[in-house]
Amino acid sequence: MIEPETVLKVARLARLELSGDESARLAVELGRILSHVDRLEELDVADVPPLMPATGGSDVYRDDATGPTLSVQDALGNAPDTSDDCFRVPKVIDDA
Amino acid sequence: MTIQQPGATSSEYESVIGIEVHVQLHTRSKMFTAAPNTYGESPNTMTDPYTLGLPGTLPVANKEAFTLAIRVGLGLGAEIASYTKFDRKNYFYPDLPKGYQISQLDLPVTANGELPLSSGKVVRVNRAHLEEDAGKAMHSSDDASLVDLNRAGIPLLEIVSEPDMRSPSEAIEYLERLKLLLRYLDVSDCDMEKGSLRCDVNVSIRPTGSDTLGTRTEIKNLNSFKAVEKAIAFEVHRHANVLAAGNDVVQATMLWDEDKEETRIMRTKEESADYRYFPDPDLPPHHISNSWIEEVRSTLPELPWVREDRLRGMEGITDYDAGVLVQDRAVADFFEDAVATSGDAKATCNWITSELFGVMKERGDDIAGCGIPPSRFGALVRLVKDGVVGSGGGKKVLQAMYGTDKDPATLVGELGVGQISDEGALEAIVRQALEANPATVADIKAGKKKAAGAIVGWVMKETKGSANPGTVNKLILELLD
Amino acid sequence: MTAPWPSIDALAASVRSGERSAAETVRTALKRISAHEDLGAFLHVDEARALDDAQAVDRRVGAGDDLPLAGVPVALKDNLCARGSPTTCGSRILEHFAPPYDATAVARLQQAGAVVVGKTNLDEFAMGSSNENSAFGPVKNPWDTTRAPGGSSGGSAAAVAAGIVPVALGSDTGGSIRQPAAFCGTVGLKPTYGRVSRYGLVAFGSSLDQIGPLTNRVSDAALVLAIMAGGDPRDATCSNDPVPDVVSGLDGGVEGLRVGLPKEYLGDGIEPCVRQAVATAAQRLAADGAEVREVSLPHTPYAIPAYYVVATCEASSNLARFDGIHYGRRAEAPNLSSTYERSRTEGLGAEVRRRILLGTFALSAGHYDAYYDRAMRVRTLIRRDFEQAFDSVDLLLSPAGPTPAFRLGEKTQDPLEMYLADILTVAANLAGVPGLVVPECVGEFEGAALPIGVQLMGPMWSEPTLLRVGHHLERTRGEMPAAPTGGTA
Repeated sequence: MIEPETVLKVARLARLELSGDESARLAVELGRILSHVDRLEELDVADVPPLMPATGGSDVYRDDATGPTLSVQDALGNAPDTSDDCFRVPKVIDDA
Repeated sequence: MTIQQPGATSSEYESVIGIEVHVQLHTRSKMFTAAPNTYGESPNTMTDPYTLGLPGTLPVANKEAFTLAIRVGLGLGAEIASYTKFDRKNYFYPDLPKGYQISQLDLPVTANGELPLSSGKVVRVNRAHLEEDAGKAMHSSDDASLVDLNRAGIPLLEIVSEPDMRSPSEAIEYLERLKLLLRYLDVSDCDMEKGSLRCDVNVSIRPTGSDTLGTRTEIKNLNSFKAVEKAIAFEVHRHANVLAAGNDVVQATMLWDEDKEETRIMRTKEESADYRYFPDPDLPPHHISNSWIEEVRSTLPELPWVREDRLRGMEGITDYDAGVLVQDRAVADFFEDAVATSGDAKATCNWITSELFGVMKERGDDIAGCGIPPSRFGALVRLVKDGVVGSGGGKKVLQAMYGTDKDPATLVGELGVGQISDEGALEAIVRQALEANPATVADIKAGKKKAAGAIVGWVMKETKGSANPGTVNKLILELLD
Repeated sequence: MTAPWPSIDALAASVRSGERSAAETVRTALKRISAHEDLGAFLHVDEARALDDAQAVDRRVGAGDDLPLAGVPVALKDNLCARGSPTTCGSRILEHFAPPYDATAVARLQQAGAVVVGKTNLDEFAMGSSNENSAFGPVKNPWDTTRAPGGSSGGSAAAVAAGIVPVALGSDTGGSIRQPAAFCGTVGLKPTYGRVSRYGLVAFGSSLDQIGPLTNRVSDAALVLAIMAGGDPRDATCSNDPVPDVVSGLDGGVEGLRVGLPKEYLGDGIEPCVRQAVATAAQRLAADGAEVREVSLPHTPYAIPAYYVVATCEASSNLARFDGIHYGRRAEAPNLSSTYERSRTEGLGAEVRRRILLGTFALSAGHYDAYYDRAMRVRTLIRRDFEQAFDSVDLLLSPAGPTPAFRLGEKTQDPLEMYLADILTVAANLAGVPGLVVPECVGEFEGAALPIGVQLMGPMWSEPTLLRVGHHLERTRGEMPAAPTGGTA
């Protein structure tokens, strides 16, 4: 099961807003889905490696060569707000 | 809070310091995309769809970044991972266009290295892992922030020490030595002003003699080694005051305020980020073969501390000299090449550190930019040593060596600064000098050998400085003997 | 009655020979797009650009370029990037987004002479099985407009089924090409993971996603795959191995072929008409010299839970970039933190937010081992199931979904019920193996005449066999009627 408070905490992590009603409803929905997912616990996978990567490939590299860059116009072309050739965003406060 | 000397608490408490260094690797292209790795270009001109985090773009790892990371691992005497992978570190920030940073969680490219300090103490390096740099957010005039993504995606190596340092000065020495190593290895220019080397510091204190670790805080926003030193001292003292007041240190991330010279709390452990790491499904894992490692090893330079020991063994070279010479690999190379010609390590060292550095400073050059080949510089030192030119004349020759490929012997002639060192050639004028200064001769004969200086001066004046004063002095004493 | 499209091979040949121009071929497709606007299959059409591109193809043909897809009109699911074209992923948050670059698969088709005529509707960010999760309205099934076309590539399936275009690209993360192909009566191919570059496909579940074609016939899918497939320096998960010839062996028949019927795919909950279609197909294969036997994929019951963990975890990270900061829609908000939250909450639909929450929860501190790591281990078990099955058979024949097309609105109330409908398609994505859906018949379901497809799955990189057998089923099946709505233009 999952508590509405947990849903709210997860929503904050995912940068999603939730009202109290929504968190209660989602707690029920996610709880149902998770109880189905919990079937995975029936399997003993201790000695089974994770499938990584899906193709079985490895060791893929680029040579260190430079490629084309976008013009500033193209780089900022889809930006919701710009200023001085930069992306303009509400003030950043150090909280990373 | 008033700042006291950290020493005031040091007998009761010992500080425990660990350092995380982020160094930008100087590849041509970015870590996971072909956009150029540059500094100082105008904003948002060094991007491509991947750098912007546009949907549908994918990362592909830069092989050279691995090679440089392996170099660092070998330079630290660390283990190189035979199997390594990338993970996503998920968080939201305007300088992080994908909403996650590709980093390495549990399988860093290299681990378990060591960095020796001059005291002989060894700082253990826990790990070094590859990741991509974020962009830059700057405050604009109108209370918004402006984001430039030129830096986003530049390869970073994060080098994490064990908490092995016990004082701010040890921390600084670790940083200085690590920077020296990275520059010797030619993996980065390590310029803190340009942000190509950055560091965060973990600090805790504990009763002296205790072997358990106290609660630590992490200090960020340290923009110079000076700031690192001050911030550690401040934080150690703050911890001591907290404990002295009977309180507990709160585990937290602190920001160093450069202007106020104090730390302030950024977030506590309870608020700590949940990065939701998982293996990046876009990047298949990497195997690093022994042959690749050996290939990199074969290109490693002599490490700076090994070289320092070797230079110290050269005749006349003091600990101080050796320390100065190895600070810059190019200078040490120049020195050794010059000695091969001059045959005199001490004189070569003196000429480099006093004369050549002086000239370079005047001209704003570095040793590569001065354009003087070490063999020619060594030849000049040799001419001085052999008395062909005096030190004053030598300096004139050095100035003249800029912008010409004439050898110093030719310049001595052209500048007319050659010195007469031939005893036969000087004997006549020395005799003349003795006759002209009978009172001084009497003094010398009476045992005042220092009085010979006046006669040397007379000869130098008569010869317009071209006599070798050492030879003149020797002749005076011989003729009066 | 709209004339059905000829095979794309024949279509391209007629453009190359000058019998018709690329421009008039594209004009036909554009006319059909407008005639079928009511289906909701297309999100964006740029007629002027399509015609410009078609004329450019005509010039290339005139200059003697030998273009295998000369003048072939193609529709792209709107999660595939084409330079300068809107790419919304069916989401408000990307309503005005236009990428400055082309997906590799799209660029390869264009290089071969294909002309993009429009972008098709989809479940938002490919999350859904009914195409009802699009922010821009649902797609209607051309066979019965009260029914869902399937999802998430619903617009692409409907566009091909209605005869609007001869080929559309889709993407398949858990069945999103194959299930709509089955619902709409088209061919749908999910290639082996790593066969087609994902560069330019907006990621949903990165370790599961593949681009593939939806077409009228198997040979068309083979030709399109042949052109899209192969290594790409921009996608580290795309195989650099040479791509085997998938086109010239199509007529090779099924003599001596070993076909497995996975018993877990034919259990309770499969509609009788679907079961019957699989049985009929199996009988034809047996009659033509294949050996058909029952096999087991014992971990099938764990495929849905493993899939929903892997897909939502990866999606929660992949969709973090949709934050209103660097591109896409930004909500008005007083500060940075509420800008993030409001942009994402207003810009992303309910199902997308639900899956992001699920994935974020599963990756959050303390849960990684129980969810993502465990699910990735279960994937290994599921792949081993397939490997063991392929020790004794060459490929698997199964239904593509438990039922034919369900009604619009029927399953939207209960997310879990919708998830469970993916049971027959997700395992191929978890294991990475290819899957091909081929229409088998028109059957009666809930009083409606609806197409029923069958699914073939093979070992990794077995597309030549898969397409050959699919082609054989199609050839021996008899003519499929066209979707009724296809005749209105």
